[in-house]
Amino acid sequence: MSSCSGGCAKTGCAKTGCANTGVDRRGLLRTAGAFAATLLAPGVTLYAFGARDAQARPAGEPASANVRWGMLIDLNKCKPGCNACVTACNEENGLKSSGRPEIDAQWIRKVTLRNAATGVIQEAPVMCQHCENPPCVDVCPTGASFKRADGIVLVDKHICIGCRYCMMACPFKARSFVHEEHDDQKVNAPRGKGTVEGCTLCVDRIDAGRKPACVEACAREGGAMIFGDLNDPESEISKKLRQLPTTKLRADLAVAPAVTYANL
Amino acid sequence: MAQQKYRRLTSHTPLFWLLIALHVIAIAAGVAAALYMETHGHGVTGMSNQIVWGAPHVFAVFLIVSASGALNVASVSSVFNRLNYKPFARLSGILAIALLVGGLMVLVLDLGRPERVFVAMTTYNFRSIFAWNIYLYSGFVAIVAFYLFAMMDRRASRNQLFGKIMGSTAFVWRLLLTMGTGSIFGFLIARDAYYGAIMAPLFIASSLVYGLAFTVLVLVTMSHETSNQLMPEEMVGKFRGLLSLFILATLFLTLISHLTKIYAAPFRGVEAFLLHDGGVYPLAFWLGQILIGSLAPLALLALADNGPTGRKMLALASLLLLLGGLAQFYVIIIGGQAYPLNIFPGYVASSSFFDGAINAYTPSAPEILLGISGVSIAMLIAALGCRLLPFLPEAPAKSEGARP
Repeated sequence: MSSCSGGCAKTGCAKTGCANTGVDRRGLLRTAGAFAATLLAPGVTLYAFGARDAQARPAGEPASANVRWGMLIDLNKCKPGCNACVTACNEENGLKSSGRPEIDAQWIRKVTLRNAATGVIQEAPVMCQHCENPPCVDVCPTGASFKRADGIVLVDKHICIGCRYCMMACPFKARSFVHEEHDDQKVNAPRGKGTVEGCTLCVDRIDAGRKPACVEACAREGGAMIFGDLNDPESEISKKLRQLPTTKLRADLAVAPAVTYANL
Repeated sequence: MAQQKYRRLTSHTPLFWLLIALHVIAIAAGVAAALYMETHGHGVTGMSNQIVWGAPHVFAVFLIVSASGALNVASVSSVFNRLNYKPFARLSGILAIALLVGGLMVLVLDLGRPERVFVAMTTYNFRSIFAWNIYLYSGFVAIVAFYLFAMMDRRASRNQLFGKIMGSTAFVWRLLLTMGTGSIFGFLIARDAYYGAIMAPLFIASSLVYGLAFTVLVLVTMSHETSNQLMPEEMVGKFRGLLSLFILATLFLTLISHLTKIYAAPFRGVEAFLLHDGGVYPLAFWLGQILIGSLAPLALLALADNGPTGRKMLALASLLLLLGGLAQFYVIIIGGQAYPLNIFPGYVASSSFFDGAINAYTPSAPEILLGISGVSIAMLIAALGCRLLPFLPEAPAKSEGARP
C-alpha cells in the first residue's frame, strides 16, 4: 500500500501503468461511498454545497486544461482560533500527530499574522498554493512533482525519491516529508515513508464533483473559503475575485498561485 | 627527455593499515547508520520539515565540490601546460573520482527512498538543475576515467592531442559540475540565503581550495607510506601560492555575496542571522570558515618555507582548510534553512508549523556517521586505486624530469 501511493486514478496520471486497476477499484469505492453518503446524510455533502463549481470528472478521462481550480480565502471571514479547515484536512487525509511537531506533516495550517507596522492581527490558512509556475515542479529531478492539466500540483509517489528538493524550493513551506511509517492510512491519501507530500486540493473529491474537505468544513464556520473554477467567469469564485480586494502570497515571485487571499 | 615514472603502492606501513582499518570501520558505521535511517525513517535524525537537508548534505556537497577541485593539478598540467604539475595529474584524477563517489554515496543513502536511485537515473525532469547534476556527476566520472586512460595507457599517452582534448574536456566539465552544484542553491528563488548567481562562482572558488587541500594531504600521506618525498620543494612553494590564491578568491566572493545582500533591505534579516544573531551559525562562519578555515591557513602558507617545516605547515593549513570547508557548507546549508521563509513580507508570522520561527537543528549520530563515511569511502577508493594502478609519481618527482 505504502509504495503505491497517490498516483494513477487519484491523480489522473498515466505514468505508472497501474491506472486501469486503480480506476476500477477506486471508482467502485467512490460509487459505493457516494451512494452511502447520499443515503445516510442527504443534503449534507453533495447537495448542501452544490456542484455548480465542481463538476465530476468521469473515471478514465484525463483532467482538463479548460478548468483551473482555485481558492479564494477571505480573511475577514476567517475566525480567530477557528481550526475547522485544519481539522477537516487532517481527518480527511489521516494526518495524525506523532507527538513531535517538527516532523509532523501539515497540509494546511493556520498562521497568525501581526502587521509589523500597525500591530493588527489576522489569521490565515496556508496550504499548497497550486502555483501556475510551481518551483517544486521545476526543481524535482524525476518529475514526481507535477502539475495536472487543471492546475492541481501533486506528488507522484511512485517516482518520488525523497530528495526533498521541492521542500527547499517551495516558497510557502507547503510540503512535508513522511518521516516515519504510518499504518493507519486513508485510502484516498496514501503516505509512503520517505516521500514528500502536501495538499492535493482533495483531488479525489474534486474528481468526484465535490469540494475540498477544508472548504466544506469552512462553510459550516462562516465560509471564508470559496473553491471553484478560475477559468469560468460565471463561477462564484470568479465573481468574488472581481469584487474583493485580493492579494497572492509572494506575488513578487510570479509563481501565480491558484489560492488568493482577500482582505490581507 | 627523461621519462617520469609512476608506481603502485606495494608495501604498507602499520600506519597505512591503521588508516585503512579506521576508514573501513567508518564506512561500516555509515552504512549501518543509513540502514537505521532507512528502516525507521528520517524521524530518527535531526532533520525535520523545517531543516530538510542536514549534516549528510553538508558532507555530500563538501565532497562533491572538493572532487572537482581535486582535478586542479591535472588541469594545470594539461590545460595550462605547467609540466611540473604533470607527475601529480594521475593522482589528482583518481582522487577527483574518489571524492565524487564518496559524496554521491552520502547523498543517495540520505534519500527518503534510496532504493529508487535507479528511478533518479532513468526518469528525468530536464527543468531541474538536480537532474542536470546527475548527468554532470556521471559524466565527470566517465570523462576523468577517459582522461586517466589518456595519461596512463601506453599507446594513448603517446597521443598528446588525445590527452589535451580529454584534459580540456575534464576542465570544462568540472567547472560545469561545480556551477551546477552551486546552482542547486542559487536557483532557490524563495530562500533569502541562497537565491543568486553568485552561488555558482562561490562554489567553484571553494572547490579549488578544498580539492587542492585534499590533494596535498593525500600526497603527504602517500609520501609517508612510500617513504619518499613525493612533494619536492618546488611543488610545496607552488601549492602554497595556489592555495593562498584560491582562499583569497573564496573570501572575495564570500564578501561580495554578503555585502550584496546586506545592501538590500529585504535580505538584512537573514544576513544579521547568519553573521551576528544566529548563535551557532555566526560562530561557524567567523570562527570556523573565516578564522580557522581561511585566515589561519593564509598565515601558515605565508609564513611557511618550502622545506620540511614548510611542508608540515602546508599540511596543517590544508587540514584547517578542510575543517573550514565543512563550516562553510554548514553555515550555507543549515543556516540558510534555519532562517524562516518570508511568506508574508511586512507581517510577523507564527504557527504550529514553525512559521516565522528560527528553526532548531542538532545533527544526530547517524547523520554524522553517514557523512564521515563518505570521506572514508573517498579515501579508501584513492588508496585502493594507488594499490592497483600506478597513480603515484616515482619519487623524487622532480619537475625537470618532466621537461623535454
